[in-house]
Amino acid sequence: MSFLLVQALSGLATAATLFLVSSGLTIVFGVTRIVNFAHGSFYMVGAYAGWSLIERFGGTPAGFWGSVTAAALAMGVLGAAMEIGLLRRLYRSPELFQLLGTFGVVLVVQDLTAWAWGPEDLLGRRAPGLKGSIDILDQPFPLYDLVLIGLGPLVLGLLWLLFNRTRWGTLVRAATQDREMASALGVDPARLFTGVLFLGCALAGLGGALQVPREAVTLQMDMAIVVEAFVVVVVGGMGSLAGAFLASLLIGQLQAFGILVFPQITLVLVFLFMAVVLVLRPHGLLGRAEEVPPTAPATVTVPLSTGGHTGSWALALLALLAAVPLVAGDYALILLTEVVILALFAASLHLLIGLGGLVSFGHAAWFGLGAYGSALLVKHMGAPMPLALAGAPVLAGLGALVAGWFCVRRSGLYFAMLTLAFAQIAWSIAFQWYAVTGGDNGILGVWPSSWAAGKAAYYWLTLALCGGTLWLLRRAAFAPFGYALRAGRDSGLRAESVGIDVRRFQWMAFVLAGSAAGLAGGLYAFAKGSVFPTLLAVPQSVDALVMVLMGGIQTVAGPLAGAVVFHLLKSEVMSLTDWWRLVLGLIIVALVLVFPRGIVGFLSGLRSSFVRRRA
Amino acid sequence: MSKLPMSKLVVRDLQRSFGGVQAVGGVSFTLRSGDLLALIGPNGAGKSTCFNLLNGQLRPDSGSVRLDGTELVGLPPRRIWALGVGRTFQITATFASMTVAENVQMVLLSRARRLFGLWRPAALQFREPALALLERVGMAAQADRPCGVLAYGDVKRVELAMALASEPTVLLMDEPTAGMAPAERLALMELTAELVRERGLAVLFTEHDMDAVFGHATRVLVLDRGRLIAEGSPDQVRADPRVQSVYLGGEA
Ligand SMILES: Nc1ncnc2c1ncn2[C@@H]1O[C@H](COP(=O)(O)OP(=O)(O)OP(=O)(O)O)[C@@H](O)[C@H]1O
Ligand SMILES: [Mg+2]
Repeated sequence: MSFLLVQALSGLATAATLFLVSSGLTIVFGVTRIVNFAHGSFYMVGAYAGWSLIERFGGTPAGFWGSVTAAALAMGVLGAAMEIGLLRRLYRSPELFQLLGTFGVVLVVQDLTAWAWGPEDLLGRRAPGLKGSIDILDQPFPLYDLVLIGLGPLVLGLLWLLFNRTRWGTLVRAATQDREMASALGVDPARLFTGVLFLGCALAGLGGALQVPREAVTLQMDMAIVVEAFVVVVVGGMGSLAGAFLASLLIGQLQAFGILVFPQITLVLVFLFMAVVLVLRPHGLLGRAEEVPPTAPATVTVPLSTGGHTGSWALALLALLAAVPLVAGDYALILLTEVVILALFAASLHLLIGLGGLVSFGHAAWFGLGAYGSALLVKHMGAPMPLALAGAPVLAGLGALVAGWFCVRRSGLYFAMLTLAFAQIAWSIAFQWYAVTGGDNGILGVWPSSWAAGKAAYYWLTLALCGGTLWLLRRAAFAPFGYALRAGRDSGLRAESVGIDVRRFQWMAFVLAGSAAGLAGGLYAFAKGSVFPTLLAVPQSVDALVMVLMGGIQTVAGPLAGAVVFHLLKSEVMSLTDWWRLVLGLIIVALVLVFPRGIVGFLSGLRSSFVRRRA
Repeated sequence: MSKLPMSKLVVRDLQRSFGGVQAVGGVSFTLRSGDLLALIGPNGAGKSTCFNLLNGQLRPDSGSVRLDGTELVGLPPRRIWALGVGRTFQITATFASMTVAENVQMVLLSRARRLFGLWRPAALQFREPALALLERVGMAAQADRPCGVLAYGDVKRVELAMALASEPTVLLMDEPTAGMAPAERLALMELTAELVRERGLAVLFTEHDMDAVFGHATRVLVLDRGRLIAEGSPDQVRADPRVQSVYLGGEA
């Protein structure tokens, strides 16, 4: 009994931290409509900054709390700087660019933090005056956590006062409801938005700094917390503070008790909870329907061109690629094999984004599922390579069949969040189910059959399988199936009113894309000889998005070009430096800032016809 | 005109509110084959809402819509479409990333249940019939232009061709001539009237242009704040004092 009470209390302490961070995220979203991937980075840097300050001044209670406050304020300033430098240019961009752009910041901040504080985990000192624990029904419970528990409702109350009793807060709420109207009221939206970013990021920083006495400060804190904060915000209803509070409480308890019942899959539990909530209550627990406005489509809406001689060009290219082993050495062949595999991976994502307008933020799930499928078949069943390779798209396709059923129920940002959630579920399983997947150590010794063991032979096999699948995908894109997918993207209303079951096509596309990515994953596993959980992680999903973006969304061949450029860049240029995250992050930011201008020509046609329609 | 008036679409006591506002409050009428029925009323009267209730895009709070005796309420738009109810939208909705011809081809493919094809290029299928339909609405010359770049009046015509492509027996047209020049307007209404005569189509349309309404409609319904306040031949409706006060009077 008392044990359960203490467990519930520690769930409340988790909830308090979660709420601090996700309240910031939801406030920023409410006003700017941007899901800020970098929010977790402010939490992490807040913790690092807090650690440094507390080490120096944290001997006394005043010094400790002053340090925490200073760290939070510093994060606020950094957040404001990010608004001015980056977000401001992204408000009118499609959500894909917003998510990617802020993810670029995540990468940059990771490297800068490692550079400033070093790669080691840091243990901070305990809060002065709150070091002990008190007995609750004979169970010890840390005093500091009790303070945290109190802090959650306190911050909620203060935020409520801020938004309901101050002029600034009223303006922010007005802007949340109607951005145009707020600027008509004579409010300078730019200043307002900067202020909101200050507040949101300060809250993240506060959450981070408060962790110093509780847990080690690490370079992994950012992704861990931001993904959880996403879940909280989505479950609570995007933009709803009270919803974030409620969701934090629920998820805090879910984690506290989940760890007792299913210690292996606590992470999975949280994401499943989110998926179920979204299906039952599409706008979250306390969110309202109009909370998420339709955002600009991530895709250009000009006719895809078949190109008169594409077929012959593709054949010529294929012949050229097939001849490479005659001249190239092993290293070049390994590299090229990977490029070909990634081209298929990117093309499968392009099917969703380019044709369906479905921005998946978790496409690595299917790549990784394919890779793990092959590896597990080899490891646990002793399957020969052809069987294991055939299993990859099947397993990934089945996974996509289940996840897709949930995901295509929602569009836009919610779709992105749901795909992210399922990718995280897959990642958690690979990471936590040690007995089967080997956890962090991955699965080693996944080698091709002897007939395909040579670098050239495996390259040819990859080329044949990927080339064939790419060709099928391309046919599908120009066949009625691909058109129906585009029809649903262009105008769901019209599509449904001419008999097109949009969701069904999206679901099919999800499965098709998942299987193709799975095949790529299977090939990748044998090319590398091993699989690791990173194959399913967020950065892998982002890699695919970057490849698609680099190549350009408007052509079917784009992702292929993107895969070539990206992989060469990553393996040849970025491997020269230890700071490859920094480089990649900057590339991503540059891409999203420069690319929208590149497609303005395409988008402006769309926009002006839209304006004419409204007129 | 010697036609047997057949009740195609029977609408009974259709109601729908948004929040506290009743957009459509108890609308009943009958649409027969060969009818060119105009639904008029001031802005916000509930005309578009009526259309959305008829084609399943919105669910009525109560009431029934029967097509040849089959209840339509509760069916999704694509089912209702498959039963032979085509529509055009007030705010045009076409597939902007496709050419004009491809837009029509999509409807033909959908009708033939060939959308799940993964192999044969869509652009090569049903092109001839699509061009014939475009010829009919005067858009053949622009068949290969992207739909996203067309003038507003032209998009309306593409929408009509798309609606016709499924060979509907009932056609719902929400402001079909908005954004057109007077001459184009006349041509489109004449084309519609011709289709009604030729195919025995049942057409329900809304229009703010009174020449279009009184020049072509076989009957007129007048909607005001969600309720039908008059129904009859164009002449009867024109003479109705209630109509003049709420609607025509406001315009004069
Ligand atoms: N989805 C909706 N949510 C809330 N209110 C709505 C919605 N659709 C329509 N309304 C309201 O219902 C009423 C009827 O609108 P409707 O669009 O049907 O009018 P209309 O007769 O087509 O007008 P117009 O001539 O301007 O096209 C209006 O008051 C409108 O604001
Ligand atoms: Mg209307």
